[in-house]
Amino acid sequence: MAHRIEVVFQPNQVDALGEKTAGRIRHDLHLAVDHVRTAQVYTVDADLNADELRDLASGPYTDPIIQDYAIDKSAIDPSPFDWLIEVGFLPGVTDNVGRTAREAAQVRLGRTFDEGRSVHSSIQYWIKGDLSDEDVERVASELLANKLIQRWTIRPASQVDPAVGLPAVVPKVGTQDEPVVDSINLELKNDELIAMSREMTLALSLAEMKAIRNHYRDKKVQLKRASKGLPFDRPSDVELEVLAQTWSEHCKHKIFAAKIAYEYEGIVETIEGLFPTYIKALTAKVRKNKGRKDYCQSVFTDNAGVIKFNDDFSLVMKVETHNSPSALDPYGGALTGIVGVNRDPFGTGQGAKLCFNTDVFCFAPPDWDKPIPPRLLHPKRVFDGVREGVEHGGNKSGIPTVNGSIVFDDRFLGKPLVFCGTGGLLPAKVNGKSGWDKTIKPGDMAVMVGGRVGADGIHGATFSSEELREDSPATAVQIGDPITQKRMTDFLLIARDKGWYRFITDNGAGGLASSIGEMARECGGCEIYLDKVPLKYHGLRPWMILLSESQERMSLAIPPEHWEEFHSLAKRMDVEATVVGKFAETGDFDVFFGEKIIASLPMTFLHDGVPAMSLHAKWEPPQLAEPTLPATSDWTALLKRMLGRLNICSKEYVVRQYDHEVQGGSVVKPLVGAHHDGPSDAAVWRPILTSMEAVVVSHGLCPRYSDVDAYDMSANSVDEAVRNAVAVGADPDYLAGLDNFCWCDPVQSENTPDGEYKLAQLVRANKALFNTCVAYGIPCISGKDSMKNDYLMEGVKISVPPTMLFTVVGKLEDARKAVTMDAKSPGDLVYVVGLTRAELGASEYYAELGLEGPGTPEVHYDDNIELYRKLHEAIKNGLVRSCHDCSDGGLAIALAETAFAGDLGMRVDLSKVPTGADSAWRLSREQLAFSESAGRFVVTIRPESKAEFEKTIGRERLGCVGEVSGDKDFVLHDNTGEFCRVTIDELKAAWQATLDY
Amino acid sequence: MAKLRAIVISGNGVNCEMEMAHANRLAGVDDVRIASIYDLLSGDVRLDDYQLLNMPGGFQDGDDLGSSKAAANRYQHAHAQGADEPIQDQLRRFIDDGKCIIGVCNGFQLLIKLGLLPAIDGKYFQQQATLTFNDRGRFEDRWVRLVVDEQSPCVFTKGMHQLELPVRHGEGKIVPADDQVLSAVKERHLAPIRYADAEGNPTQDYPANPNGSIDAIAALCDESGRVFGVMPHPEAFVHRTNHPRWTREELPEEGAGLAIFRNAVKYLKDNF
Repeated sequence: MAHRIEVVFQPNQVDALGEKTAGRIRHDLHLAVDHVRTAQVYTVDADLNADELRDLASGPYTDPIIQDYAIDKSAIDPSPFDWLIEVGFLPGVTDNVGRTAREAAQVRLGRTFDEGRSVHSSIQYWIKGDLSDEDVERVASELLANKLIQRWTIRPASQVDPAVGLPAVVPKVGTQDEPVVDSINLELKNDELIAMSREMTLALSLAEMKAIRNHYRDKKVQLKRASKGLPFDRPSDVELEVLAQTWSEHCKHKIFAAKIAYEYEGIVETIEGLFPTYIKALTAKVRKNKGRKDYCQSVFTDNAGVIKFNDDFSLVMKVETHNSPSALDPYGGALTGIVGVNRDPFGTGQGAKLCFNTDVFCFAPPDWDKPIPPRLLHPKRVFDGVREGVEHGGNKSGIPTVNGSIVFDDRFLGKPLVFCGTGGLLPAKVNGKSGWDKTIKPGDMAVMVGGRVGADGIHGATFSSEELREDSPATAVQIGDPITQKRMTDFLLIARDKGWYRFITDNGAGGLASSIGEMARECGGCEIYLDKVPLKYHGLRPWMILLSESQERMSLAIPPEHWEEFHSLAKRMDVEATVVGKFAETGDFDVFFGEKIIASLPMTFLHDGVPAMSLHAKWEPPQLAEPTLPATSDWTALLKRMLGRLNICSKEYVVRQYDHEVQGGSVVKPLVGAHHDGPSDAAVWRPILTSMEAVVVSHGLCPRYSDVDAYDMSANSVDEAVRNAVAVGADPDYLAGLDNFCWCDPVQSENTPDGEYKLAQLVRANKALFNTCVAYGIPCISGKDSMKNDYLMEGVKISVPPTMLFTVVGKLEDARKAVTMDAKSPGDLVYVVGLTRAELGASEYYAELGLEGPGTPEVHYDDNIELYRKLHEAIKNGLVRSCHDCSDGGLAIALAETAFAGDLGMRVDLSKVPTGADSAWRLSREQLAFSESAGRFVVTIRPESKAEFEKTIGRERLGCVGEVSGDKDFVLHDNTGEFCRVTIDELKAAWQATLDY
Repeated sequence: MAKLRAIVISGNGVNCEMEMAHANRLAGVDDVRIASIYDLLSGDVRLDDYQLLNMPGGFQDGDDLGSSKAAANRYQHAHAQGADEPIQDQLRRFIDDGKCIIGVCNGFQLLIKLGLLPAIDGKYFQQQATLTFNDRGRFEDRWVRLVVDEQSPCVFTKGMHQLELPVRHGEGKIVPADDQVLSAVKERHLAPIRYADAEGNPTQDYPANPNGSIDAIAALCDESGRVFGVMPHPEAFVHRTNHPRWTREELPEEGAGLAIFRNAVKYLKDNF
């Protein structure tokens, strides 16, 4: 029989969760509540006697100093309350608290629970407040719980008998499915094939369905299948599902591989695949140009990119997106996003130690007050859920979150973008072999390590290859378990150094089908024994076991002679490791359940059988007229409004809740300056504590510019990332880039009538990436594309603005040379470095004024890189006291941030701003202040460094615009007089108020 | 003494073991071993072989039952393989032998929940206080100003006055069991470090006091001064570049947090 143990804070103690919940009900739902009290509930499904229950309740479950408990009755007196909401998990959803409570119970009682006996967690919220039935339902469904993963009970408090409490409910997974395998007839009409693809969430096109059908019509294939005892003329469900995963957009990147006819002004250019033509080619060209100075070690081939850090270590970096899961369950989606990308560097080469995370989010505005289309969540809820998911994923894994940003745009209502990155350190040599290499030999064992397999995360790869729609599968949503993963990575780092495995890779999208399927390419085949795979519960069909994306798992190839020692240490460290197959050189991907073969796919067909797409793109630039700029009557008010804009304002609310210092290598933190609240441009991090060598991490993204030209969006993303890195002191000649494309569907169809335009935007973004990276000498070492960021339901379509995040990792030889963005001392000179042009298209200034117009910033890459090298020279020589990238909102914002981060005043003469061929008087004050021209910095220097600094940079590219002052006034003037005077405290307050939750 | 040997316990979600070990080495410990809790449970490693025990920060067992609750339960009830005593008996001997223990953040939470701090009247293994959720109900990473009680018997803070360190926790508010515990902590100077305002006075005001800790307490020691738990991270400030204002202030090359480890090393080298 199951029992309930309820744990509450003693009445005189603060119930922080209760207070926080009451605040969010008021703030987010605008409902009046007096207060909320919470109780943690453990539902123990095990045969325990009264003494044992008390031992658990009074032992690991309750803190005797501040908490009380009750067993099988209510711990809270219902009488002062109006409502009770209890929220628990649906069957099969990862319940980390329940898992820890079960382990603790076994330790406390000194015995092991039987298989299937479990502990489940839930939370009670007792609410005092005059809420209607509908109100309380809203609190449950819109704030406290997500119906895709959680269940809840609502009771009027008066109906809860305190002597009994709520009944104990155990969320057990039903065992409805037998391990049966079906075969599937593909001899169907075209529309039936399309319907089948959709109903089974296969995300396969008609051409792909037909290619599969043709495979099974091939006589040679039929003969071989018959001899193996498989249905000869049709796939088993296992085979069809494996093909759908392997051929998904998510795994095969079909759009980036497609042949494209790109039409512009009547001329048609043929592009034999965007990835080979631009991304791979740019890296090859950059590496060739660098010659002996090339620092790339492994690019595009592994789970993450690898560059040389020093003679002993390599730097490994990967950035992923987790957009679709985060749309459905922001917390779980983001949490699995971060622990998922952790496994990429961990599964690169022989396995990297994880050193830092990055996070970049794109949301709709959190103060959204328009209707929300079906199945979408309110942007504030998405924001909070994603923030918390990354917090738990990063903090609990002990990996600092060192760099990130948030961009807001209405269109991210359709799908939020959640970019998670992880960097790691790989020994240059592991057991005498290069750390970034890995191999598999026939006969090696296929081993799964980490968590068990459940029905969670089935169809993740295919689901994210489609638009978000009414019947998007809820099983694609799951919750990560950072502690199980930490145990696994702790163990595997030891196994790595012992040399016990030959190959390691992540189990992510597509599950074992994808990880072992990819690994099998190394030696040319494999056998998988699905009945050996450890399950969370019974009732999974074989294809589900093969495809499940249950988290916290790595796949390894282990030579048989090392299995015993590997397995014995795994057991000792409480990590599950199971032999689930063996690698072979048969040329086939064979799957067994018990003695029976249930799938056999030729490796060549599995990996290369997908028909190539051929697409058409047509570029017609949007017709935008130059708007008339209104004269600014109140500069102070405008500057404050600009600083408070969502895309400019302080993100301290988020940053503070991420541990950005764990592992001890922090040099430049995300928040810097006199009061640790200024916006840092990039992170500087020492991954080796005994060395002063540092990693620099930064990024750039500017989705707004795509509204004018995705070419500029892409070029400016690269430039912004590079500027940020250079601003803190990175060597511009030792940078590596990662490109993450998040596009709306660019394939012309009935649902996407503007596909040719969106594809043209994609082509242009790739051209810009190529041109900019080649000019800057930045190899792209890894990347990812997510091509279906659309929402489509009931005729409503929302497409995200075409977005490319560019992440840069680089190096600073001596961390002590790093520079931060805050003004340092009164009397220091203020410089603008780089030229300002009239480039306000898609700027924050236009957005503030509700204007549209052409003229997005053009990246003058050849000039810029030369300037960056000179600035780096000045930084290395200690000439620069502060340096701040100038981007969203333009110069006025960068100057104000420099001043208030340093808690110092500043006087600036805008007519001294360098403008190159255009002399300054030809630009208006507004253009000078808010233009977002690329390639610019705000720099402060000591007055005595003036001559040397100007000589280093070159006088034509800089302007000494003013001086840092000891008072608190921020003053803008030009040769016609002063036009803005405001205290830095007022500016900072405006900048901080927007997201001060 | 012979070699000074320190052990740093890792595993199950501990995540500051590398920088903790680094701080030990910088402070002059001769031999630093990072050992997993599973090495203790297997019996391969015994605390008895070391003089300085480090319980680093992290999220043991995800803090799923409250910070370090499940971890404390393991020390209390799990036995090393083949041993007829729970792991915590090794801790008891460690204290009886006059050795030093430092717990930082999650490690401090572990020590307080095991009843090793403040252990008034030498009552070890009876929980007398706890660390619970910050008043703001959220995890925060921020640097705080700290003031040292120079009359404290704590061997780790000898000769120190003020310093800055980062807090990185969601459960850092100290709550004593009752007024007697609180007055004993005050009278016997068992709170060697307090959160302070810009003038260096203990404060209850957020964010200078980041969690609402009673009496601004940021650290506790036992009456011997050899068992020490601290919420802010001394191992996170061992070099000046760790400090959030190092680019704008003249700071010594060595970070102020290292003094805490140097003190322990000095004490142990003098007494063993």
